[in-house]
Amino acid sequence: MAEKKTVLVTGAAGSLAKRVISRLHGKYHVVAVDFRQKVETDADIPSYKVEMFKRGFEDVFRNHKIDAVLHIGRIFAHESTRQNRYNANVLGSKHLFDLCRKYKVGQVLVHSTFYVYGASPYNPALLDEESPLKASDVTADLVDTVELESLAKIHMWRYPELNMTILRPCNVLGPGVRNSMSLLLSRPLAPVLMGFSPLMQFLHVDDMADAMFAAFEKNKPGIYNVAPDDWVAYQEAVQQCGCKRLPLASIPPVLPKLISTILNWNAFFPPYLINYFKYPVIIDGKLFRETFDWKPKRNLNDIFSYYRKNKLVTPKA
Amino acid sequence: MNLDFLKNFSLKEEVLKRLITPEIDEAVAKTAKPVGSFGYDPWGYNENMAKVGMGVTKLLYDKYFRVTASGLENIPKTGRVLIIPNHSGQLPMDGVLIGYAIATNEHGPRAPRAMIERFFPTVPWLGNLLNGFGAVIGDPLNCERMLENDEAIIVFPEGVRGSGKLYKKRYQLQRFGNGFMHLAMAHNTPIIPCGVVGCEETMPAIANIKPLAKLLGIPYAPVAVPLPLPARVHLNFGEPMMFEGDLNNEEQVTERVEQVKDEIRKLIEKGLKERTSLY
Repeated sequence: MAEKKTVLVTGAAGSLAKRVISRLHGKYHVVAVDFRQKVETDADIPSYKVEMFKRGFEDVFRNHKIDAVLHIGRIFAHESTRQNRYNANVLGSKHLFDLCRKYKVGQVLVHSTFYVYGASPYNPALLDEESPLKASDVTADLVDTVELESLAKIHMWRYPELNMTILRPCNVLGPGVRNSMSLLLSRPLAPVLMGFSPLMQFLHVDDMADAMFAAFEKNKPGIYNVAPDDWVAYQEAVQQCGCKRLPLASIPPVLPKLISTILNWNAFFPPYLINYFKYPVIIDGKLFRETFDWKPKRNLNDIFSYYRKNKLVTPKA
Repeated sequence: MNLDFLKNFSLKEEVLKRLITPEIDEAVAKTAKPVGSFGYDPWGYNENMAKVGMGVTKLLYDKYFRVTASGLENIPKTGRVLIIPNHSGQLPMDGVLIGYAIATNEHGPRAPRAMIERFFPTVPWLGNLLNGFGAVIGDPLNCERMLENDEAIIVFPEGVRGSGKLYKKRYQLQRFGNGFMHLAMAHNTPIIPCGVVGCEETMPAIANIKPLAKLLGIPYAPVAVPLPLPARVHLNFGEPMMFEGDLNNEEQVTERVEQVKDEIRKLIEKGLKERTSLY
């Protein structure tokens, strides 16, 4: 019998990584790393608290024969300063990819985001994987996100032996998810921009974990959007999640940004994401669905009902 | 005085009940589009909003602009098609009226799409509203996808050059973009030329204050009446035009665009002759 592969999972303390690890567990050896904390895992999963851009990170590769890397860990903007984020997300990822080459890792999966496309009034719907990445046009706060992708792409083309796969999921929601959108929909009062209710796509974190697992097992390198074939307007999603709407003046455009900055809404309605609450970024997930024969098992209502139940309210008919 | 009836009164519901007549319900049901679990399609079309839009347009179409439409039998009942009209009247009223004529076409209704100016999504409420009715920004990628879905799409190749022109230039076709012709040839799509008469008189503009437009970030700032005048509108749809094959250069594409423009000119002439009174 072939020996079990060893898979390194970054960002292991996050809700998505935890779910991916539980899917890998048993079939593969898992090594978990996170910069935030040493993750409590099953006894046979070695776990490290380490910053990827530091030298000590290489010890993980020295101590384990890593066959594949699932790079899930990316610091969200509300978790740290721009400088720290750049270090962790860009320099950390570069260090990780360099180590992957040095230790001959045969497969790398990178967890990116649909944010890279940027929210612009000129966006056509159903952006495919070849659409330009305009996020850094919108704000300097997403530069690290776009930069991480560019780095991954350079490695993808230059070192095909890494078998690099880049996933760009839409908004991922569900129990334990701590991204901006999930924090926002968990609140009783959700800010909305008056006169703007862009279409959005949402994916349950369990479906995203399934998608990552499928992408890892089938190993078909490339760039893929991950999104369901379903859409809902933001203000409707807010109400479906049992939130009350807090309308903000939307013009002039600096006004909502100013309000967000003054009230320190950085965690759930950050000034640099305001455009994503104004203009739609609808991605086409067809390529991923067909390549990996994957389909989300949970629909929008399943996703929203979690947030609704947490607030113990009944939805509007 | 008994005011109990006010307890259950909802202005919104009352207005909706009057706007969305059974025939509008039926028209939308007949032209159902594939939508997601909340009634949206990826471009923002929403059935409920489409019904409201049609309800309002019905009043404008029948009562205000008293539209006469002919040649509707030329519009294919199924399959992809590009409807190419002249553009006028400062506001996109012509698009709305053409859309309504197609959606209620007795020869076979279609849920039309309209390609709109790129600045609309930046206008609060209006952007979402237009999307809800089925309009999308005029990006070639959007148009391609919709043609692949076999939709009926209204495109104004003149863009703001047409809608923003002054009254003294009425019924003179402005430069057409070539994009629609490329799309029609690449996707094997028939073109229905359409001549619109009357919209020029809804909002005659005597001047365009360019610095103001620049300041407000809008395409033009006309000196005109603040609301559209109730001019009678005549819509004439022409016979389908097919253009096939590979072309060597852009000049040949422009020649074909000129052929479409000639047809539209004839349809405008026809409309002007039919018209017996301006208002």
